[in-house]
Amino acid sequence: MTPATSLGDPAGKKTAKLFEGARQERRLGLLLCAPAAIVMLAVTAYPIAYAIHLSLQRYDLRFPQQAHWVGLSNYVAVLSSPFWWQALWVTVLITLVSVAIELVLGMALALVMHRAVFGRGTVRTAVLIPYGIVTVVAAYSWQYAWTPGVGYLAALLPQGSAPLTDQWQAIGLIILAEVWKTTPFMALLLLAGLALVPEETVRAAMVDGATFWQRLRLVVLPLMKPAILVALLFRTLDAFRVFDDIYVLTGGSNGTGSVSILGYDNLFTALNLGIGSAISVLTFLCVAVIAFVFIKVFGAAAPGGEPERR
Amino acid sequence: MAEIVLDGITKRYPDGALAVKDFNLTIADGEFVILVGPSGCGKSTTLNMIAGLEDITEGTLSIGGQIVNDRAPKDRDIAMVFQSYALYPHMTVRANMGFALRLAKVDKATIAAKVEEAARILDLTQHLDRRPANLSGGQRQRVAMGRAIVRDPKAFLMDEPLSNLDAKLRVQMRTQIAALQRRLGTTTVYVTHDQVEAMTLGDRVVVMRSGIVQQVGSPQHLYDAPVNLFVAGFIGSPGMNFLAATLEQNTVRTSLGDLPLDDCKRRALERANAPREVIMGIRPEDFEDAALVDDHGAGPVCTVTVDVRESVGSDVYVHFTESEGPAHSADLAEIAADSGLADTGAQEHRVVARLNTATRATEGAHLDLWINTPRIHVFDPRNGTNLTRRPDQSMN
Amino acid sequence: MSSRTRTLTSWGVANLIVVLYALFPVWWIVALSFKDPSTLGDGDFIPREWTWENYRGIFQTSEFTRALVNSIGISAIATTIAVVLGTMAAYAVARLRFPGKRPLIGVSLLIAMFPPISLVSPLFNIERLLGLFDTWTGLIIPYTTFSLPLAIYTLSAFFREIAWDLEKAARVDGATPWQAFRLVIAPLAAPGVFTTGILVFIFCWNDFLFAISLTSTTSARTVPAAIAFFTGSSQFQQPTGSIAAAAVVITIPIVIFVLLFQRRIVAGLTAGAVKG
Repeated sequence: MTPATSLGDPAGKKTAKLFEGARQERRLGLLLCAPAAIVMLAVTAYPIAYAIHLSLQRYDLRFPQQAHWVGLSNYVAVLSSPFWWQALWVTVLITLVSVAIELVLGMALALVMHRAVFGRGTVRTAVLIPYGIVTVVAAYSWQYAWTPGVGYLAALLPQGSAPLTDQWQAIGLIILAEVWKTTPFMALLLLAGLALVPEETVRAAMVDGATFWQRLRLVVLPLMKPAILVALLFRTLDAFRVFDDIYVLTGGSNGTGSVSILGYDNLFTALNLGIGSAISVLTFLCVAVIAFVFIKVFGAAAPGGEPERR
Repeated sequence: MAEIVLDGITKRYPDGALAVKDFNLTIADGEFVILVGPSGCGKSTTLNMIAGLEDITEGTLSIGGQIVNDRAPKDRDIAMVFQSYALYPHMTVRANMGFALRLAKVDKATIAAKVEEAARILDLTQHLDRRPANLSGGQRQRVAMGRAIVRDPKAFLMDEPLSNLDAKLRVQMRTQIAALQRRLGTTTVYVTHDQVEAMTLGDRVVVMRSGIVQQVGSPQHLYDAPVNLFVAGFIGSPGMNFLAATLEQNTVRTSLGDLPLDDCKRRALERANAPREVIMGIRPEDFEDAALVDDHGAGPVCTVTVDVRESVGSDVYVHFTESEGPAHSADLAEIAADSGLADTGAQEHRVVARLNTATRATEGAHLDLWINTPRIHVFDPRNGTNLTRRPDQSMN
Repeated sequence: MSSRTRTLTSWGVANLIVVLYALFPVWWIVALSFKDPSTLGDGDFIPREWTWENYRGIFQTSEFTRALVNSIGISAIATTIAVVLGTMAAYAVARLRFPGKRPLIGVSLLIAMFPPISLVSPLFNIERLLGLFDTWTGLIIPYTTFSLPLAIYTLSAFFREIAWDLEKAARVDGATPWQAFRLVIAPLAAPGVFTTGILVFIFCWNDFLFAISLTSTTSARTVPAAIAFFTGSSQFQQPTGSIAAAAVVITIPIVIFVLLFQRRIVAGLTAGAVKG
């Protein structure tokens, strides 16, 4: 460590010289963050830029030599294509409906878990299995359940119906699969927010004469607002990216494809890097808008930015 | 030699906020100095600067004759006891106390010996192999002290170490700390917001407010000869009573009556060019039930109506309301805000008097109060200065 | 019924409902996996005949075992790297002062919100050009990148819980910031690190989009992708049985994980969410 140096400056009018301790701290902080930062930036920043670059070209992987610059025409093609709008519409629908259901069911589940008198361990395990299970596995389970002839759920429906082949029914089933998988996770997030509501405040409301619903509406939910907003933010962003369930359940056929499925199809089935990249970039912009709305308009706290406690 | 010298120490934060301004103090080797003041007065910041946990904006700090402004905490040979104790939860008491020595690469045998010795002094020997989580508050506090003692440093720095203990334990530990410091003879700087701790523990007390040192002196000196309103109101519990007053020829006219001034005071007031409107300060013990005072204690007597009577066994405190309304001053407003008095919405100005338990005062009844006039203080309401402080009282 | 019995019963019922909810798709897959291929089409919830044939079938070719090895290896390596890098970064973010902290947090949040499809297209091309396509490294890199925000987020919440005065005490005792981290803070964060590791592992194990986009053969294809490409025991048969058997095989480890560590997992998920 550096020895004391200020013998030539005894009355010490210090300039902005960094104190040794603070300097060490700063150095360590930067060092510790560097590897993670480098990895994250390298693997995302460059590919993003590259994706934008690709989206401005006409690049068919079957004829790579013919790749050439076309400016925004890919975007024009995508935005004027009914496929894009249908995919967007399907995505928005799935997002809104599944998140809404997850919020309500998750809240109910959280309230139950909060008050659970016994069997906490069982409930917790049961709740975590949907979270832990590989999404495609669950999706296959649903697919087989609904396939006529094979599945027990299909057997419950009127003879001859194949719900996975009908657009609206299939979308409904996709939503069901999504909701089944993520409601437990939502419940956990909400449970954590619920635990922050001071017990005494709720009791005071009880003494003041509030019924269960009044307490919920007027005391508990307002106090949970930050937690709810954060949970909503993450779930909405997640839901917008829906892919696994749709891929397995319907493959995106019959008008059930989301924007991610559309992008995948164009990239890997049609091998059209230009259009596929354009779709990817547009999807990213949609996600950015959603996040912006949540943070600026609804005031969801962007996590991790709180000031130091010293 | 472990003398600590703070010369013009100032702490300014990047946003311009001034936490400590021009702090000057020489702490002799082996002295026990207390920094006391309301929250936010800069006492903890000063302590952190001595420790090296905060950098010093201006001024020099010397420990043991060497300037240490730029040295990291570990190079200053000081030990610190934190308010929260900051014991390492995953280490045993033994490991906690030996940690610093381990970092300094002292050999195992020496570490073991020093830890055993410190544990013996603090009566922790049977707890050496336990974890902090399994100890009581008082035991944890002792481990924190043990961690400091083991290093045999030039100085101990203690940041409100007793605040987290309950009242009775606090009193016990206070005497233990005092005895320990006397036995080890290590220079100690101790921060607290509790003026009782300040009065009982320190060789010298430094009263701070808003980053500026108000007064430095022995506890008794601060009590008898406060340099301004703030110190007068801060030291002593229950605090000094302040009343609005006007100065006439030889008297101080207050709502409790006209109080004659002795020569010393009169001269001091003349010298200080005292204004007409002043604030009079009088401590609760400078009142007495007139019925209990014999004639030798001749002095003015006033009649008041007792609002509240409190008996603590050894004394009786009576609270009454002064008719003219409270004394006004920015300093008093701050003291009221600090003590929470401002929030209680108490409108009337309450005066507290301490009486002998033989008193017959009862709530709601009239009471004749004798006032010990020579003991009053007169303050300038514009800047809070104690105008009647005798020159020979101004030594540190 | 007394009020107490009534409460207990209703909790019992509620618990049962939750358990059923969580488990019936799982049971269905298990049931399917044990069904004789000829009975697959019967739509029965509980198989009439039980057989191990599906399981035997998937292990007959090296396709599935290879995929299992890939999954385990890739997930383990990605988890290790993400946890190591994440722990260091999370500690710095949670407890040290240095410039550039806000941008770092902002960036990692951005990445967490990223639609993977946006990255798949350029990564596909880049990896093709670099020769990383269809390799372990080709998957480890995006997995690590995408789990870093999760790791940092969860770990910094754990780090923030540790008492603040400990670093000060360590510094006064003579530790450098690095020693303070290594000897005092890191041991206390061990449970948090472990939990984060579990969460990240589940994340990697679960991934599907990158797996199908960035691999094409068994050399790097992980299990979720392999399942989607199953062809069944013969080209005339539906691969349903095999898929179900494979699904069960890859779900078992996760279920065991969850059973063993459910308290930790919940603590991890909620710590990150609540403390933000």
